[in-house]
Amino acid sequence: MAEPGSSTAAAGDGGGRLRNAFGGVLCAFTLLLIGVLAFSIRLFSVIKYESVIHEFDPYFNFRVTQFLSKNGIYEFWNWFDDRTWYPLGRVIGGTVYPGLTLTAGTLWWLLNSLNIPLSVETVCVFTAPIFSANASWATYLLTKEAKGTGAGLMAATILAMVPSYISRSVAGSYDNEAVAIFALIFTFYLYVKTLNTGSLFYATLNALSYFYMVCSWGGYTFIINLIPMHVLLCIVTGRYSSRLYIAFAPLVILGTLLAALVPVVGFNAVMTSEHFASFLVFIILHVVALVYYIKGLLTPRLFKVAMTLVISVGLAVCFAVVAILIALVASSPTKGWSGRSLSLLDPTYASKYIPIIASVSEHQPPTWPSYFMDINVLAFLIPAGIISCFLPLSDASSFMVLYLVTAAYFSGVMVRLMLVLAPAACILSGIALSEAFNVLTRSIKCQLAKLFDDSPAASGDSSAESSSASTASTNSAKNENRSEKTKTIPKEKPSKNRKKEREVAESVPVKHKKEKKLLVLPMEASAMGILLLIVLGGFYVVHCVWAAAEAYSAPSIVLTSRSHDGLHVFDDFREAYAWLSHNTDVDDKVASWWDYGYQTTAMANRTVIVDNNTWNNTHIATVGTAMSSPEKVAWEIFNSLDVKYVLVVFGGLVGYPSDDINKFLWMVRIGGGVFPHIKEPDYLRDGNYRVDAQATPTMLNCLMYKLCYYRFVETDGKGFDRVRGYEIGKKHFKLTHFEEVFTTHHWMVRIYKLKPQKNRVRGKLKKLKSGSKTSSTIAAGRNKNPWQ
Amino acid sequence: MATQPPPPRRVAALLLVLVAFASASASDSAARADLVVTRADRRVDLTSHIVRVLTSLKVENIGPEAVSQVLLAFPNVQAKNLAAIRAFGTEGKVKGPSTALPIEVVQPSGVPPELTFFSASLSKALEKGKTLHLDVLTVFTHSLQPFPEEITQAESQLVVYQDSAHYLSPYPVKVQTLSIRLPGGRVESYTKYPNTKLAESELKYGPFEDRPPFSYSPMVVHFENNNPFAVAKEVIREIEISHWGNVQITEHYNIAHGGAKLKGEFSRIDYQSRPYVRGVSSFRHLIARLPPRAHSIYYRDEIGNISTSHLWSDSKKTQLEVEPRFPLFGGWQTTFTIGYGLPLQDFVFNSDGKRFLNITFGSPVEEILIENLIVKVALPEGSKDIEVSVPFPVKQWQEVKYSHLDISGRPVVVLEKPDVIPEHNLYFQVHYRFNNISLLREPMMLITGFFLLFIACIVYMRTDLSISKNSPSYLAKVQWDEVQNIIQQIQAIFEQCLALHDKLEASLRDLSRSGDVQSCKAARKAADAQFKELAKELKPLLTSLHSSPQSFQIWPKVEDLVAKERELQEKLMARHSTVVDSFEKKLRGQDVENRIATQQQKVAALRQEVESLLEYISEII
Repeated sequence: MAEPGSSTAAAGDGGGRLRNAFGGVLCAFTLLLIGVLAFSIRLFSVIKYESVIHEFDPYFNFRVTQFLSKNGIYEFWNWFDDRTWYPLGRVIGGTVYPGLTLTAGTLWWLLNSLNIPLSVETVCVFTAPIFSANASWATYLLTKEAKGTGAGLMAATILAMVPSYISRSVAGSYDNEAVAIFALIFTFYLYVKTLNTGSLFYATLNALSYFYMVCSWGGYTFIINLIPMHVLLCIVTGRYSSRLYIAFAPLVILGTLLAALVPVVGFNAVMTSEHFASFLVFIILHVVALVYYIKGLLTPRLFKVAMTLVISVGLAVCFAVVAILIALVASSPTKGWSGRSLSLLDPTYASKYIPIIASVSEHQPPTWPSYFMDINVLAFLIPAGIISCFLPLSDASSFMVLYLVTAAYFSGVMVRLMLVLAPAACILSGIALSEAFNVLTRSIKCQLAKLFDDSPAASGDSSAESSSASTASTNSAKNENRSEKTKTIPKEKPSKNRKKEREVAESVPVKHKKEKKLLVLPMEASAMGILLLIVLGGFYVVHCVWAAAEAYSAPSIVLTSRSHDGLHVFDDFREAYAWLSHNTDVDDKVASWWDYGYQTTAMANRTVIVDNNTWNNTHIATVGTAMSSPEKVAWEIFNSLDVKYVLVVFGGLVGYPSDDINKFLWMVRIGGGVFPHIKEPDYLRDGNYRVDAQATPTMLNCLMYKLCYYRFVETDGKGFDRVRGYEIGKKHFKLTHFEEVFTTHHWMVRIYKLKPQKNRVRGKLKKLKSGSKTSSTIAAGRNKNPWQ
Repeated sequence: MATQPPPPRRVAALLLVLVAFASASASDSAARADLVVTRADRRVDLTSHIVRVLTSLKVENIGPEAVSQVLLAFPNVQAKNLAAIRAFGTEGKVKGPSTALPIEVVQPSGVPPELTFFSASLSKALEKGKTLHLDVLTVFTHSLQPFPEEITQAESQLVVYQDSAHYLSPYPVKVQTLSIRLPGGRVESYTKYPNTKLAESELKYGPFEDRPPFSYSPMVVHFENNNPFAVAKEVIREIEISHWGNVQITEHYNIAHGGAKLKGEFSRIDYQSRPYVRGVSSFRHLIARLPPRAHSIYYRDEIGNISTSHLWSDSKKTQLEVEPRFPLFGGWQTTFTIGYGLPLQDFVFNSDGKRFLNITFGSPVEEILIENLIVKVALPEGSKDIEVSVPFPVKQWQEVKYSHLDISGRPVVVLEKPDVIPEHNLYFQVHYRFNNISLLREPMMLITGFFLLFIACIVYMRTDLSISKNSPSYLAKVQWDEVQNIIQQIQAIFEQCLALHDKLEASLRDLSRSGDVQSCKAARKAADAQFKELAKELKPLLTSLHSSPQSFQIWPKVEDLVAKERELQEKLMARHSTVVDSFEKKLRGQDVENRIATQQQKVAALRQEVESLLEYISEII
């Protein structure tokens, strides 16, 4: 009797191990599938359009990567780019976050050294999808640290297809955020892992991961502020431990040292106020550590005395330090904060003081629909996630909650930062869903067992006790039931007491799951719950696929429209850039609004005056001023900048709304911010911006208007602008200082050439000379042309 | 007349001088002494920007000796633009099958250096008094000079063509005619000779009779030609053979409009509203005739796909119409790449152990002049004994290309030829040896790679790679492994205990059914013995677990578990004996229940605790 018993036990034990192993394999396989999902959902843009770099900034990153792969890392660090910001140039190596470039460059180098001939462009296009797969794996790790494997898998799945992240990481969207989100989540994972294990190994890895994040994105300041906040939270709530110390102290020291190695950050890592929070918390942490140490040494009474002494002295010192700090910070003009960070704290800051920041659409605060668009049903799951983070509250789960709260605040300030919120939302929703499924399926399991028990019990005795049989013993219970059934026939024969007895004997083994019974929901409710959750998840998946396929897959350099006679492709941007690159001189300078700077340098390989790296406001204002000035003045400004071609984007013929006429007011504002003779009201009629017959003469005579609408009236005879929806104000005019050299098929890009200066007529020489002199002095006096 | 044409009068004058000199100097070369051209008909085709001249000669040998070669003369200004020359000869009066004659450049003595001579070697020497029909096809590039050189968008393009009205030959020419086919449209001016006639788009000179050798009379025609002057500065044509069944062709074009340059603005509104008036000199598309069964065709440039192209295909050909991103006006240029795959069996063949690629040399684009064509044939990795046969002289060398996991690289045959015209679209062959086993090289490499990776993973998982065997973390790990091991054993024991409990319960049930007290007692005894045995087994495990430093976390739980289990055992035994006792005493069920009710609850609670403890422990492990 003993042997079979032990053998079955051994088998059961082996079965458990097998189940664990199987679970591991299943988990790994699921993760693999999640990676595939994250990668492939981002390929809509390649399938629907083509394998091409998207938007604006990615073109710059692509160009830098090309340079890196061609010239090597040392050339890259020392790269002075003379093809942009003419005549100033730009030190690329020192002003760019190199993480993305180095990542893609390494990837390319690796592939090429394996003799897999992929072009730099292909590698760049697919970097973002690859890193979103990595990001979802990092999410799994992070959530697993907080709430276990199930929640981890759920969160990873959700993150793999969250629209907010897809918007920044579709194939071709080769931007910093693509790798930065992975770095962000992975840094958080390593922090939480260190917090849970107290291992110095993970702390070091954490600092390295933080370094990668600093390399990748300016958003690293979020990490270096969030982690101190969490440390502070832990200290305040009395959760100080040596693990906390290990998680934070090495990160501050190593992380700051490493961050200072990145040229674009440099001494900012210790000098700007974005980083001060970490140093402050670093000091506090040491004080707390000292207090705990002393507490261990002294008796409680002595400790109290020491405490009061230290606190009185310490407070005085603290006040002094704080006063000095405040004085220091206040003495610097921006109070030590950069413009973008300031607009994070004070959402109205940018629009008040820095039009160039406010002019970027992704720096605007988001609207409610954009929340629904970007995180969809997660917005409803987050509260549940927060609740389950408090049951029970651990260091890790408190970190999740803190992450969510801060990210939610920042996303409310800038649309762009919705991206930071997305992982937090995914993690908390993953936790919520996982917990919900856990409760519901467990109750269903119990109920099922009850059902199996009940069917025979209905024939016999309907005892409630026998209901909560454990699932593990379901089989044995069944067997029992079968034997019971056979017993029911001679049921009448045994005496009453026997029957009772048997009932008692039978109820014993099934009683032990009493505790879990408390969490059991009714069968119908839980089935309904699961069904609803699945429907909710289905909605989410459908929405994500729709967002990936329709909303975020357009590369923005190729536009398509569906009309009754099929798909129509607007490839005007590339048409113009190709024309520029093949039919102008290599060293010609092209002036355009800064939006098109990166694309012009990357696709047309021509020198531009300003580009999307808006580091020099004056320079941009100069171009803005030229665009909003009359032709002659504009010609003088452009000529002084050695510009040969002027490029404008015009959507009036086909109805492309984000054209230069719609952006024009920003040019006026930015130009007017530096050169006060450009006044915004001059371009507005009764506070309304319009280019129809009621537009102001200043508006109708400015260069932008003329370049956009030159000979536009001849297309339909009326000059009907399809974007603005009315006929333009001034229809027939001639250009005196510019000539049209190229206009694309749909008129979306128009390129003009500056006419050469006219030969002076001998007889008029003297008069002209004096005239030009006065005009130039006037111009200089009015500061029309900043280069004279 | 506003546009006064021919600028290169000077050259013509110079030529005249030269011809005079040549005819004056005694031309005593044996080769040209005895031949007479009895009839020369020249047809010049000026419809495209590639000038094709077909000269039909009737040559008669009047000398005493047989002649084996015929000389063809061109002024150097023409000869430098000569892209191709071919001669076909037919002997006798009847037009029989003509044979292509080999042609080479010769430099006979006593001829002026301003002329270039080609000699067509006859397959059979021409006997005295015999006549030979000779058809010479000459193709010239860059021979149409745009004049004026710069035009506006609205103007159409005018070009100048210069030639001699008389056939320039080292032999006397008896009767000759010249007809020039023009593309139609305006003819600005042309040189008028007595027998000149312009009818529709055909300009005719002659017949002229009895001209001495080297007679040259310049003629110029200035006319409108708006056909696309597609000139490719350079074309790189890469042909990559994969023996998995594909020949991949990639062609990189750098195309310019070689006609009159555009001056002034380009106005899109003019171009769009009246494309055939404003912008008549431009061209917006090119047609490429690809081989049949071409697949995976793409058309792009360095900044992405170009969406303006059309494709038709049938069983005979695949026609691709490519439209560059923008219309090409004079002097404008653009680049693009066309790529397509072809089925291997259509182009690669076997012949006595060797394989050979048989494919056309030039570009599939129609009427395109390629100033420099580079053809690269990448053979599969491991090809040997490479030989190339091209029907015309080319510069050739070999390179090595690394692609798709190559180790030794693929041999690449590079052929370079300047001034390639559609007439050069002839088949050429690359012979090589290739073993099919080499095909499996890369798949095998991948398989081996992954295999090694997995092996490495297995080795890493199974072996102890820690460097220091006495570092605290290593020791902790080892100890933890031990603890895990012990815990697993303990778990097994407890599982057995629980199984025994179940057995006891079962025996009780049996009792209630059969009333067999004895067997029940026996079961209890057996269980008791087993419990003792298990406790014995448990003891060493517990002591070793307690001594292990890694068990601090789990020890209290295990201790708790042991205590609980013991209690459970006792209670269970007690209950068992109570039930059995009461059975023996034949008590009523109600009483039995009352007696064991408290025990019952305790047992259940204990059992639950034990199980949750077990679960907790297994979670920790």
